[in-house]
Formats: sequence, C-alpha cells, structure tokens
Amino acid sequence: MSGGNGPSIGIIGHFGRGVLEAAEETGQFAFLVRSTFGWMTSYRIEWRQTLIQIVRVGVDSLPVTAMTAFFTGMVLALQTGASSKHFFNEPLFVGTVVAFSLVMELAPVMTAIVVAGRAGAAIAAELGTMKVTEQIDALYTLGTDPIRYLVIPRFIAFMIVLPLLTVASDFTGIFGGYLVAHAKYQIPRTVYWHDIVNNMEIRHFVHGFLKTFVFAAVVSLVSCFKGVTTRGGAEGVGKSTTSAVVISMVLILVLDYFATAVLNAFGIT
Amino acid sequence: MIEAQGVKKSFGPRSILRGVDLKVETGETLVIIGGSGCGKSTFLKCVIGLHHPDEGTIVVDGINVAELKTEAEIADYRRRFGYLFQEGALFDSMTVWENITFGLRYLTDIEPGKYRKIASDCLALVGLKDIEDFKPAELSGGMKKRVALARAIAAQPSYILYDEPTTGLDPIMTDVISDLILDLQKQLKVTAIAVTHDMRSAYKVASRIAMLHEGKVLEVAHPDIIKISKNPYVRQFVDGKSEGPIKMKLKDFEAEPAANGANK
Repeated sequence: MSGGNGPSIGIIGHFGRGVLEAAEETGQFAFLVRSTFGWMTSYRIEWRQTLIQIVRVGVDSLPVTAMTAFFTGMVLALQTGASSKHFFNEPLFVGTVVAFSLVMELAPVMTAIVVAGRAGAAIAAELGTMKVTEQIDALYTLGTDPIRYLVIPRFIAFMIVLPLLTVASDFTGIFGGYLVAHAKYQIPRTVYWHDIVNNMEIRHFVHGFLKTFVFAAVVSLVSCFKGVTTRGGAEGVGKSTTSAVVISMVLILVLDYFATAVLNAFGIT
Repeated sequence: MIEAQGVKKSFGPRSILRGVDLKVETGETLVIIGGSGCGKSTFLKCVIGLHHPDEGTIVVDGINVAELKTEAEIADYRRRFGYLFQEGALFDSMTVWENITFGLRYLTDIEPGKYRKIASDCLALVGLKDIEDFKPAELSGGMKKRVALARAIAAQPSYILYDEPTTGLDPIMTDVISDLILDLQKQLKVTAIAVTHDMRSAYKVASRIAMLHEGKVLEVAHPDIIKISKNPYVRQFVDGKSEGPIKMKLKDFEAEPAANGANK
C-alpha cells in the first residue's frame, strides 16, 4: 500500500486502538449476554436445535471427557499412594484424596476445558463460517436471528450437558483411581469406598457441580460470540476458533478461583 | 414502493453511501449497477434492515425502516422481502427443501405439513426438481443460486432483492438466471431491486437502471437511455473501459488518482 493512505500511528496509537477494540468487543459481548438471557424468556425456544446441540456437545464429548477423567483419577491414585507410602509407609486415604480432588476441582475444570477444546471450537468454527458466507444475514432475512436460532440453543445445551458430563467424569475418575489403588497398592474395594463416603458430604459434590454452570455459560457464550463476530474469510474463522478456545480456557481457570471463593463464602465447601 | 432519501452509511472511517436518493415503483425491476465497493450491496442491506443508515430515510409501502421497533413490526416488514445473497448463503447443515422452507416458520402461519409441497413448487418455479433431499454441497453453483432464489420466493414476498444474482456463473447460466428473474417478475408480479455489474443481465431484466458511483446515484434511466448515456462515468462503466473518469488503481503502489473524489 502507498504511504499516503493515512498518517502513521505510533506505539501509543496502536495501544489506543487496541484498547478501543477491546472495549468495543466487551460491549458487544455484554449485548449478546443480555440478549441471550432476555430473549430466552420472551421467545419460543428452538427445542429441536437445542436437542441437536445436546447430542453434539454432550453425547459426542462423553468418550473424551470420560477418558480424561479416568486417567486423571488413575494418576491421582498413583501419586497419592506413592506420597502416602513415602511418608507413612502405607497408602492412606487414597480414595479420599482422589474423590475430593476430582469432585470439587479436577472433574469440573478438566471437563469444561476438554469440552471447550472440542465443542467450543466446533461452535466458533461453524458460526464463523456461517458469518463469512452470509448465512447469519440470511437468518435475519428469513425472519429469525442468530441469538434466537444459534446462541440460545447452544447455551441451553451447554447448561444441561456440562453438569451431566462432569458427574460422569466424577464417577469414571473415581473408578480409575480405584483400579490403580487396587492393582498397585492392594487397597480393598471397601476401604477405598469408605475413605470416600466417610469423609465426603453432599455439599462437596454441590460445590463442584455448581461451578459447572459457570463454566458452561462461559464456554458457550464466548464460543458463540467469537463465531458470530468473525470477520474475513478462512483466516478469520481460524482466528475466531483459536481465540474462542484460548479465552474459554483462561476464563475457566480464572473464574474457577472466584467461583470457589464465592462458594466458600456461602459455606458450600 | 421503495423510496430512499439521502441515505448515508459509513463503516468506521470508510464512507460507503454518501446520500443515495432512489425510488422504486411498484412492479418494476430496478437494476443498480456500479463498480465493486461502490455501495450497491450495502444499499440493499439497508433496505431490508440488515444495516441501519447513519442518515436519511428508507420508506417501504409507507413504513420507515428506521422506525421499526417491536419484533412483530420487524417480522411484518421482513415478510415483504425475499433476498437472494451473492453466494446463495444456503444453510450447509440443511437439505434443499429445509433451506427453501426455513423462513416459512417465522414469516408465515403455513402448517409445517405443507412445507415439502411448497418447496417442490418453488423449485419448479426456478426450473429444478427432485433435488429436495440434496445438501447444498452436492449442488453446482448455478443450482445453488436457483435454490437460493426458490428460498427467496417461498414466503411469497412483494419485493425481491437480488445481490449480484449472476456473479460467478458461466455465460449460459447467467442468461438462465436473468430469464428466471424475468419469469418470476411476470408470474409473481413482484417489485425487485437487482444489484449487478453484469451489463448484459442488467439490460435484460431492468425496467430502469441506476448507476451508483462512490456512494451516490449518478443517473437513473430506462436501459435504452443508459445505453446511449452521455454521462462519462456511465459511459465508461457500461462500455467496460479502463480509461475514463472512473479511476481504478492498476497496482497497489500507484498513487491515488487526483480525480477520484469527483462524482460528476
């Protein structure tokens, strides 16, 4: 391009432009969140689309989230058993450590991260492609809009599916831990199970379970937002997909801390 | 009738429409011609409400687009229009008949049981049959355009907006699509705005032709008048000459032509 296309902007100009773009994007995201929550109550929900998304996000993600949790449970048992043997000369409370770690932290966070990488990326790519091929504009001309037809069904699907996937991860992880505890450290099934039920209360499960709703909202809304605001062609779709996954993962970890702090403040810990 | 007055639209620092005045009479096909990036598609999107003009008014059958507020008003307004997108914009995940009848759920009260029959009827109107269960990816470019056209007419609109209906098609298919536009005009008695830079198609389908340049209307006239227009900008465009008052850069590193800012 010729140099006469505009005055060159310095480092402060670039910084300013970046701040403005970030502020604009935050505003657009806030609008999407407001519209999603507001329109859910005032419009007929697209249940057919919601069901399709439940299958795509939930059923199709189950094998990979279960396997992740299974191996996480196994490695937890392995590490706990080894540490316990090192300090106490026998593997103590393996079931307790595995269950507490999984149910309160690891299963909700890891399931959300895996689903963000799998389903969140797919949503951003699909919606991004729809945006650059004018299919989103076509929705408007045909009497609906992307929030009603695309965002709300995905949001609801995530809110239903992610907590269920997390519960599945809790069980598979604990089962994985049991296999290692039994095979490696010869811990009887009854001991492993009693270590869990004697120390764990329902509020510990609720603690992890409630956090999944926060993660579900974050992953679905961020992925949808990145998709419907895609600009450019294939490169734009790639950028949207990458940033949807990165932002979702970072927000999961950041919000995990704050959600834990809030739940602790309410005594759900 | 569609009446646009002083329509201006900018995207950031880029001013696209700089005061468009156009009137489309009921029953006519107005073809808007102009070079790439002159604001033709932006104007169409302002008419249907996809973009909101920064200034000016667009009034359709006495309804000012800018004053549409409630969901019911917007739905009632959109019901009047069929929109053919440049690349078709068919939904990849749906079959042909689902694409065609997609808008019926939102724009009409027609029972879902009749959708399949309506899809077949609309396909017949655009000269296609037995492709109801195909996915868009299985169709050729010309077929996609026709299916998109079938989708645009499914809800029986009063107005059809064609965004470059013949772009990317071979010369024969271009002529077929032009014939289809004429046929639909006769059979459905719709009012249409077609945006194109294909002069052969423009001459064939237009009741009147409007030339848009740098966001303003240069001339609106019957195709026969446009053919012999004395306006040097119109002349250059319809003759397809690189030399003339409309300056386009051959190379990116060429300086911006001095005369580019002039409109007349």
